Amino acid sequence: MKGLLETAAAVLLVVRRSLRQHALSTVVTVGSVALASGLVLAVVSLQAQTYEAFTAGPVGFDAVLGARGSQLQLVLNTVFHLETSPGNLSWETYETIRKDPRVALAIPYAVGDNYQGFRIVGTTADLFQAFEPRPGERLSFAGEGRAFAPSAREAVVGSYAAARTGLRVGSRFNPYHGVVFDEKQKHDDEYVVVGVLRPTNTPSDRVVWIPLEGVYRMSGHVLRGTGSAYTPRAGEEIPDASKEVSAVMLKLRTPQAGFALDQTINKQGRVATLAWPIGRVMAELFDKLGWANRVLTLIAYLTSLVASGSILASLYNTMNERRREFAILRALGARRATVFSAIVVEAATIALCGTLVGYAVYAAILLVARAVVRAQTGVVLDPLYLHPALWLGPLAMVALGALAGVLPALKAYSTDVATGLASS
Amino acid sequence: MTETHALEIAGLQKSFVDPEGGRRPVVDVPALRLAAGEQLALSGSSGSGKTTFLHLVAGILASDAGRILVSGQDMSAASEAQRDRIRARHVGYVFQAFHLLPGYTALENVALAMRFGRGVDLERARSLLARVGLRDHESYRPPQLSVGQQQRVAVARALANRPSLVLADEPTGSLDPANARSALALIRETCRENGAALLLVSHDRDILGGFDRVLPLAEINRAALAAPARMMEGAA
Repeated sequence: MKGLLETAAAVLLVVRRSLRQHALSTVVTVGSVALASGLVLAVVSLQAQTYEAFTAGPVGFDAVLGARGSQLQLVLNTVFHLETSPGNLSWETYETIRKDPRVALAIPYAVGDNYQGFRIVGTTADLFQAFEPRPGERLSFAGEGRAFAPSAREAVVGSYAAARTGLRVGSRFNPYHGVVFDEKQKHDDEYVVVGVLRPTNTPSDRVVWIPLEGVYRMSGHVLRGTGSAYTPRAGEEIPDASKEVSAVMLKLRTPQAGFALDQTINKQGRVATLAWPIGRVMAELFDKLGWANRVLTLIAYLTSLVASGSILASLYNTMNERRREFAILRALGARRATVFSAIVVEAATIALCGTLVGYAVYAAILLVARAVVRAQTGVVLDPLYLHPALWLGPLAMVALGALAGVLPALKAYSTDVATGLASS
Repeated sequence: MTETHALEIAGLQKSFVDPEGGRRPVVDVPALRLAAGEQLALSGSSGSGKTTFLHLVAGILASDAGRILVSGQDMSAASEAQRDRIRARHVGYVFQAFHLLPGYTALENVALAMRFGRGVDLERARSLLARVGLRDHESYRPPQLSVGQQQRVAVARALANRPSLVLADEPTGSLDPANARSALALIRETCRENGAALLLVSHDRDILGGFDRVLPLAEINRAALAAPARMMEGAA
């Protein structure tokens, strides 16, 4: 046992000295392993996290009812506030679904405007009173905020939108027409911010909420609920028949209600589309993009192979100059196996150092990706997300590094002592 | 009870394949004995098979035939791993080119030999360096030391594992005459102090004068007699 410990200590000393003697190539190789390791961790972790966030993240609704068309477009438009609306639903359809006993909560959305690129969504005050993005957790206001009055030109701003646009309680702004910001498309109507929501870490943080009626009465907007154009006039109540909504967000009383509504609306009906369950719709999107994920993963794995190849090359290139060192070690009594182990351990050490630095690379990639995903979708990725790859990946990289050391180690193993001593 | 010699050789033979494919004998030593603590000098010209002979004794090379006992341990019948172990524990080797590891300090060079032998004893490593006059140089690396100082580190390293036999191959070959004499004296004294037998080979007859027993290598190596001019120094 003592002999084994002495040999292990000798191996570690040889490794330490070699790493120091070849500091430049060690640093370069560690750098390449770190990049590869960080890339693998980032790709695997981000894929898993985004999948989870988009398919099982906190949405707060079970289903979305929208115009006849693509369920995916409907979900992207209403849940993630991306894409354009597939069309409108009549007020009557909204009322029918709202009164359906299987529906616990129905909140209408009307979209089509933005402020500095952030979606403006017309809705009802039910959003602030009954909607729960996470079970038991309602939307709440930061500071002195409150919900908008249904008939006033008032707005409530999501936390991220507020931070990026500078809107705060008391701020006044004019909406812009369309879902993409174009400064020529400014509406005449001026809104005042009456509340800023606390962060929910959901896409809702990127939204500016206004009353449904505000969307109807926005300058330039025309309602076509009856089939013919109707422009609301000030002081005149808008007939329900003329009203339209872009979608209705639904909370169902039971999962069975989803099956029944899916049957009624999607399979038998021709007027509307029910996107249910929302996670399944998003999962289909990820399935369609599965090949891209697989390509990304493959590239990351290939990078790891290249990095382990760089370990092999950097060690192999030193073998000739180290032939004398191995011969001296052997002459001092080191066994072939000891010299072999020293090279394998050196390779594994380089890989280990690389993977440790790789965590920093991973953290940097994650921070950038987190900011980009949040800015684009409002989905917030967890920086402390624990994926098994975070420990399996580095272990595999160290094993791969050790494997890369086998070929140079075999060369060291086969060093002839007498020839090596004579080579100096 | 029979006395255990530091070295006993009987019928030792070693040959190498020459470029024509034939076998060229390099070492053919019928018998040689070295008592514990004895000091023997072998004189031989360059190419007479000195280094090959010492490599065989140290177990660095395997013999073709014959028997080598180092402190009773049969080197010739041992596997390579067993020879490594016997060498590490029982044999100290002072090479002509010293063969210190350049990236390691003087202390590490001595201590590393201990790791493969009887285990690290830093106190002994330090006292050995102090004995050879390098108390203040233990953290120096070989390139920072003079040739004479490097040689002294090599001597300290050879004695690190309390060997029963120290082999010295042209140990003064890299030194000027004055340094050569003092280095030789140091090797002989430290071997004596540590109870190690010394087998030294050199072509320099001037420095061998102090030995009680000096043998021409050709006298014990019949292969050297047969082909003294050009041995395969892959080999030597």
